[in-house]
Amino acid sequence: MGAGHGHKLHFHGHSPVHRAPAHLKVVALLAFVVLVVATPREWFWAFGVHLAVVLAVIGVSRVPPSYLLKRMVVEVPFVVFALLLPFVAHGPHTEVLGVTVSEPGLLGAWGLLAKGTLGVLASLTLAATTEPHDLLAGLERLRLPDLLVQIMGFMVRYLDVVTTELQRMRVARESRGFSARNPTHWPVLARAAGALFIRSYERGERVHLAMLSRGYTGRMPR
Amino acid sequence: MHVPDGFLDAPTSVVTGAVAAAGVGLALRGARRELDDRTAPLAGLVAAFVFATQMLNFPVASGTSGHLMGGAIAAVLVGPWTGVLCTSVVFLVQCLLFADGGVTALGTNIVLMGLTTVLVGWLVFRGLQAVLPRRPSLVPVAAGIGAFVSVPAAALLFVVLYAVGGAAPVPLDNLTTAMVGVHLLIGIGEGVITFLAVGSIVAVRPDLCYGARRVLAARELEIRPAATGASA
Repeated sequence: MGAGHGHKLHFHGHSPVHRAPAHLKVVALLAFVVLVVATPREWFWAFGVHLAVVLAVIGVSRVPPSYLLKRMVVEVPFVVFALLLPFVAHGPHTEVLGVTVSEPGLLGAWGLLAKGTLGVLASLTLAATTEPHDLLAGLERLRLPDLLVQIMGFMVRYLDVVTTELQRMRVARESRGFSARNPTHWPVLARAAGALFIRSYERGERVHLAMLSRGYTGRMPR
Repeated sequence: MHVPDGFLDAPTSVVTGAVAAAGVGLALRGARRELDDRTAPLAGLVAAFVFATQMLNFPVASGTSGHLMGGAIAAVLVGPWTGVLCTSVVFLVQCLLFADGGVTALGTNIVLMGLTTVLVGWLVFRGLQAVLPRRPSLVPVAAGIGAFVSVPAAALLFVVLYAVGGAAPVPLDNLTTAMVGVHLLIGIGEGVITFLAVGSIVAVRPDLCYGARRVLAARELEIRPAATGASA
């Protein structure tokens, strides 16, 4: 929450990880993360193995580690929750560095941090090494419903168009001296959201008409 | 706020994943009824809109800000089935292209913030519409109340899921109080912003608002005599 989703995660490259078919990468990611989540959190060594696997894939992909580290901020809200866990969980208490904390809470926090971090790192690696259109083709090969892939394709295609439209509205507001500081400014922002919806919807109608005039019958040509 | 990997145990994630898949499957059929062959481009653009509004920050106080979750507003603007599709696709894209929300938690995220907010928002909206008089000015009010209720409802479902498959034994009454309390506040923001945004859309293009169609259909054509002195 609050963190922007706007940055592009893709890191251009030609490594074997970049060239691997997208559907294999998605399946591998899913299998890996299911394995991580199913690993009992008492098996500390297993998480070392999981981390080594992710780091090896990142190493082969030649995506700079600093590039991925910067983008791990999406995890921050849950790190906060994990850090609170030892203090609010119940069960037998123990003393760490002079502070009384709950033992199951401590173990739970470790599990959350380890599994969450591995999951984010693995997902980031997929996002950094896969172009959106390859991902769409991969999902189609994985038998995701055709309509769902089409919707996703249109969303990915127009994501930048719609977000830059929002950006232009912000520039227009601010060049007229507006800056939102408190809830009394919500009506202005909400009207911007409303205008964005109307523009997006009307763009969708225009896109549909343009597609019809090129012979669209409900399926995308191969 | 997206649930990451490892927050809920594997069996719970599998069950929510199955529920999400079934919900999206139903929505794929239902959306065909709402939008026929316009589904793909329109739902795609609306999904991009939902994604973009999550980047529009509403200042609260002293530097903090929040943004719309968008389930209830999507349901009111494009209908519940298309709303489910749009929010689900947003989570799918955020999960695979932005690493936001865990891959195994995708089902959980879709169930909580897609299915639940859309469904609760839509049911409350429709319920209020049945009770309130049919006037265009009341559409945003019903939408706002639907959005307000949808957020703590999703929080409550999260607590239930956490009780079934949570990662650590947190006292449930504390967790319920904290989650529902915080989300009542977030819900107020969601409700007010939804009310304002739907209001601005109904004022300009009421025909684009799915939830306003019945109201518009009930409106009668009025013929008013021109004011005296007005030139023809």
